Amino acid sequence: MSMEIAIPQPVERENYLNKEYGALSWLLTTDHKRIALLYLVSITFFFFIGGFFALLIRLELLTPAGDLVQADTYNKLFTMHGMVMVFFFLIPSIPAVLGNFLVPMMIGAKDLAFPRINLLSWYLYIIGGALMLHCMLTGGVDTGWTFYTPFSTNFTNTKIVEAGIAIFIAGFSSILTGLNFVVTIHRMRAPGMTWSRLPLFIWAHYATSIIQLLGTPVIAITIVLVAAERALHLGIFDPKLGGDPLLFQHLFWFYSHPAVYIMILPSMGVVTEIIACFSRKRIFGYSFVAFSSIAIAVFGFLVWAHHMFVAGISVYSALVFSFLSYSVALPSAIKVFNWTATLYKGSIRYDAPMLYAFGFLGLFTIGGLTGLFLAALGIDVHVTDTYFVVAHFHYIMVGGAVMGYLGGMHFWWPKISGRLYPEGWARLAALIVFIGFNLTFFPQFILGYMGMPRRYYDYSHMPEFQVLHVLSTAGSTVLGVGYLLPMVYFLWSMRYGKPASDNPWNAAGLEWKTASPPPTFNFDEEPVVTWEAYNYEELDAPPHKQEVTVG
Amino acid sequence: MTGHESAKSPLKMYFAVWAALLMFTFITYKVAFIELGPFNAVVALVIATLKATLVALFFMHVWHAGERLIKVVVGGVVFFLLLLLTLTMADYLTRPWS
Ligand code: HEM
Ligand SMILES: [Cu+2]
Repeated sequence: MSMEIAIPQPVERENYLNKEYGALSWLLTTDHKRIALLYLVSITFFFFIGGFFALLIRLELLTPAGDLVQADTYNKLFTMHGMVMVFFFLIPSIPAVLGNFLVPMMIGAKDLAFPRINLLSWYLYIIGGALMLHCMLTGGVDTGWTFYTPFSTNFTNTKIVEAGIAIFIAGFSSILTGLNFVVTIHRMRAPGMTWSRLPLFIWAHYATSIIQLLGTPVIAITIVLVAAERALHLGIFDPKLGGDPLLFQHLFWFYSHPAVYIMILPSMGVVTEIIACFSRKRIFGYSFVAFSSIAIAVFGFLVWAHHMFVAGISVYSALVFSFLSYSVALPSAIKVFNWTATLYKGSIRYDAPMLYAFGFLGLFTIGGLTGLFLAALGIDVHVTDTYFVVAHFHYIMVGGAVMGYLGGMHFWWPKISGRLYPEGWARLAALIVFIGFNLTFFPQFILGYMGMPRRYYDYSHMPEFQVLHVLSTAGSTVLGVGYLLPMVYFLWSMRYGKPASDNPWNAAGLEWKTASPPPTFNFDEEPVVTWEAYNYEELDAPPHKQEVTVG
Repeated sequence: MTGHESAKSPLKMYFAVWAALLMFTFITYKVAFIELGPFNAVVALVIATLKATLVALFFMHVWHAGERLIKVVVGGVVFFLLLLLTLTMADYLTRPWS
């Protein structure tokens, strides 16, 4: 034919990324997916700041003498490291990035229940973060991230009040995220998405949100009390005025122990999704895994004084808290057993997300078991405030929570960006992170058990500790490379990565039933759910053959 | 009370609650100057609790909340507050040296 035919140009579908351009379209967005990306950029920034402090700490400990920095600088380094990592990276990490992006999509909703409050929560985070930065640049704080009284109220002259306000504000961003998730999960589930069909990622975030709502106000008020005591000498924590310094620790840990579950529960949710997908099976014991999340959220509030065993609390209450701490290990163990049982006879694939999930399983288990050591009164007296504790909580927070976060970022990256990341590099990075992590933190268990105290910058009285410290510092540089790699190839893939299909992993879950990247309101039509969660057997079943009847 | 009654004059109700709160504040202030020993704290705490209850019931609309879920939430919050108080007091009250 001689007629000209207009060849249809392959137009890119409209999605949440290309719908609008320009800084304002991001800064004023109420789209939960865009807010998730705002959070992603901000927490990554703080992760590298916190990491920079960690590197300086490790460099100081390379030699027994305190030679790189001065004693009070060192105090500020570990304080700012802890505050940044806990309040400005890890607590918002999975909920505010992956949770924000995925909670509405997984339940088949258009957005969170309160999109504007969601944006407000990011602004609060940024205001708190800016204050924290200002505080660090103008002198910082030297109390440790724990703000213990009476040092924080009566003695130190560093910027306690400013750091306190920064954390107070960031706390409200965390509360608002939790509130949004609770209401969204209750009210906005798609037709057919019953509670028992929710992905376990949602259950984990529901439990996390409960902790955020119940716990965060307590730390906020506690910090206000510290500031008030400093400014007005109220006599809440000062025994001279009729107060009690241990009251601070009670209030602080009433939040801060549950806060470790704010950090780990979302990661457990991520790992659950990954394990189901890459072993192509329904999660073993769905309701046990779901309810153990809630149990962790509740029991997590009953164990806080295990941080105070040597602080002078009554022995009777120490006994009770020791016992209760053991009991909170049960729901965590239930999860580990159920994940393992899910793997059993699964057709396992070793893609990068699964490598991170395996890393999580092993490292979280070590972190959890050493937690039991610490819950035992006698052993805790020996290892309190040593590197054993530092190793323990890094196995949970870095080996557990950060591994899960990275696994989740890889798993959902095709959905978030519409591009595939380079699988070979990703597997390599997962391996480097795993090796670097263990090299950094395993020696710290031994160091701590031998008596290396935490928060000391000089160990020249014990030069034989140096070998293990050198190993640890070497490991931290490996770990640093492992963390930089994903940053580089994620950025690379946004431009050069292969376009991702809607469901590159052939995964179950509503978020995979829409385009990658998704349209602004997530689904073109409201989904109706008629299947159970993790229906991998159905997904993988060979297509139905026409029944041939003889006769 | 039913929803109708409250709809009659919510403004009046708000002002009444506000007045009650101010009155309680005034009482707290006055009582602080009377020497009651340990009971100063008790009185202050009781009044503060009453005020918080008023705020929750009327300003936060718990009184008229038809939904069970809201009652569960409020109950849950109070429960966790009691946990904080009892387990902390369990330490203070069993220290043999104090
Ligand atoms: C999300 C990641 C992390 C979190 C949540 C975290 C949290 C913490 C916390 C809360 C402390 C205690 C600070 C204090 O004593 O006040 C700490 C100390 C420390 N962390 Fe991290 N950390 C993270 C990552 C890392 C990494 C990647 C490294 C290794 C390079 C590291 C190395 C250290 C060191 C060496 C200390 C000092 C221990 C001491 O002298 O007491 N941390 N971290
Ligand atoms: Cu704890």
